[in-house]
Amino acid sequence: MNPVPAAAAAPLLEVRNLRVEFPTRRGTLTALDDVSFSIRAGEVLGVVGESGAGKSMTGAAIIGLLEPPGRIARGEILLDGQRIDNLPREKMRRIRGKQIGAIFQDPLTTLNPLYTVGRQLQETILTHLPMTPAQARARAIHWLEEVGIPGAAQRIDSYPHEFSGGMRQRVVIALALCAEPRLVVADEPTTALDVSIQAQIIALLKRLTRDHGTAVMLVTHDMGVIAETADRVAVMYAGRVAEIGPVREVVKAPNHPYSAGLMASIPPLDRKVEHLAQIDGAMPRLTAIPRGCAYNPRCPHVFDRCRVERPDLLDAGTTRAACWLHDPASEKRAAHV
Amino acid sequence: MPAFILSRLLQAIPVLLVVALISFAMFAYVGDPVAIMLGQDFTEAQRQALVASLGLDQPFFVQFFKFVVNAAQGEFGLSYRLSRPVAELIAERAPATLELAFVAAAIAMLVGVPMGVYTGLYRNSWLSRFFLTFSLIGVSLPTFLIGILLILVFSVLLGWLPSYGRGEVVQLGWWSTGLLTADGWRALILPAITLGLFQLTLIMRLVRAEMLEVLRTDYIKFARARGLPDRSVHFGHALKNTLVPVITIAGLQLGSIIAFAIVTETVFQWPGMGLLFIQSVGSADIPVMAAYLMLTALIFVVINLVVDILYYIVDPRLRAGRGGH
Ligand SMILES: Nc1ncnc2c1ncn2[C@@H]1O[C@H](COP(=O)(O)OP(=O)(O)O)[C@@H](O)[C@H]1O
Ligand code: SF4
Ligand SMILES: [Mg+2]
Repeated sequence: MNPVPAAAAAPLLEVRNLRVEFPTRRGTLTALDDVSFSIRAGEVLGVVGESGAGKSMTGAAIIGLLEPPGRIARGEILLDGQRIDNLPREKMRRIRGKQIGAIFQDPLTTLNPLYTVGRQLQETILTHLPMTPAQARARAIHWLEEVGIPGAAQRIDSYPHEFSGGMRQRVVIALALCAEPRLVVADEPTTALDVSIQAQIIALLKRLTRDHGTAVMLVTHDMGVIAETADRVAVMYAGRVAEIGPVREVVKAPNHPYSAGLMASIPPLDRKVEHLAQIDGAMPRLTAIPRGCAYNPRCPHVFDRCRVERPDLLDAGTTRAACWLHDPASEKRAAHV
Repeated sequence: MPAFILSRLLQAIPVLLVVALISFAMFAYVGDPVAIMLGQDFTEAQRQALVASLGLDQPFFVQFFKFVVNAAQGEFGLSYRLSRPVAELIAERAPATLELAFVAAAIAMLVGVPMGVYTGLYRNSWLSRFFLTFSLIGVSLPTFLIGILLILVFSVLLGWLPSYGRGEVVQLGWWSTGLLTADGWRALILPAITLGLFQLTLIMRLVRAEMLEVLRTDYIKFARARGLPDRSVHFGHALKNTLVPVITIAGLQLGSIIAFAIVTETVFQWPGMGLLFIQSVGSADIPVMAAYLMLTALIFVVINLVVDILYYIVDPRLRAGRGGH
């Protein structure tokens, strides 16, 4: 029930100029380039963008679980002002689960089918907290109750296959939060779920993280969820942050043409979306990112400079946007997009 | 669970009946037992009497039915070659084969599983590459050649281990064991390695492939994301999930270890059922051959049942699917 600490404090998580590369036989792929953002304690940062934009990759880099041969080639990641991107394996392991929790997309595959949910909770708790097995079990039951599993004390010895998809995602949330991390990376936590239970899971996540003062990096395709849940939102495109700012501004008055395209495609709030935006064209593959602004082949406001120079995040008033339209040095093409 | 075991047992019956039919057919169509038993000089009356006493004048199905009833009681009559009850011969020889097979299987599991886990976890280490190369040898060299090479090195050149026989055995009731004397173990080492090597490399490759597969799954990534130590991710979550296929293959392999023991027993003159079978084939000793076939089939069936029960213990999803709860 802690109130959100004063905004003046150093951010809980800071990602600076992050670049993730995949060396392949046919050259090095740059999956993330110059990604920077921060999350304050207790804050919810929404992350949106088309499939393949690099949202999951960003989450994996933060929890130190990039899949080899993927590696951080440049930049740094700081937790409480301390670098965590270059920690020894064992030190980083202790941060995972304890400081930074993770929620994955598909609850049907996230839980080990051969262990009871109680055992999975208990081992997580015992890994991070100084407790006896009996205390850990009591805490596991408590967390199952917290995430709304009816009859938690009986259900604790059930196997994952004995739960429905929605219930399993509740268990996953309990697993992510049971050691009370300060940040949780939730990568599309409802995408794999039945539409009818998506809202419940988001409401649960929102309530628990607010009650425990947990910051959230919430990756989702659902702009409605972002609008309701996030404090700030980052829009990603082709491995970069296209725009970042307070959720109201990015949703209502986006400053990047790509964000504008995304927002224009949001259906009315009473309907859910399966897929984002019908912006013409497709996001480029990593092997074929165009010169200049990666969005230029699809952008309705494209002008000469966009095809030559790559824009960094620029101050766009209410938000920061990686778009030359907001560079005072650019020839003014449009006052807003 | 009992219902599931029962259904498995019922499924095994047709298998055993088919093997029984094949064994029985050997009596009818391979060699002429009457001629063999009578020798050179006999009268027609003597022949008739023998035919009647063997029941060979009765209809096919009656004979087969009797055969099955007798087989179920371990009754296979007298060995043509040794004129002793077949059951007695088999009982004498079975301990040697079973001890050899189980030690070979134990070596295959105890060495194969860790090697498989290691090569799955450290794909690119030089030791993994060495293990994989080594396993190619195990898979590609025929058993008898491995046996002969081992004899050449460890018996002939180095003189460390005996090249044939079972060494000193101790009688425990009707069971003769070589596992209680140092001499028995020395004699067991080379044949057990020879017999287990193929299975060892097979299990290693299987565990490796399964580990690689399992390590890619979401629940392993999630286990890491929860901060669990490598030890529990690798040897708890990952290894346990590789077990289901490993149990299947290892179980089936135990059956074939017993069957393949024929070659190893011949190379090492190991006095087991396999050697007995080979000697029986040489002299068309049908009752012994039939008993051996039936016994091998029975062992396969029992092993399959054990494998199914192990599945049931390892995988809770099967428990739900099969037994209800
Ligand atoms: N193992 C990998 N090797 C090479 N490229 C990868 C690998 N995994 C993901 N990528 C690429 O990285 C980019 C970002 O992927 P991802 O973060 O999963 O996107 P998102 O979560 O936004 O849909 C994609 O273009 C994807 O093809
Ligand atoms: S930089 Fe140019 S191409 Fe890129 S989004 Fe802005 S206007 Fe469009
Ligand atoms: Mg993703």
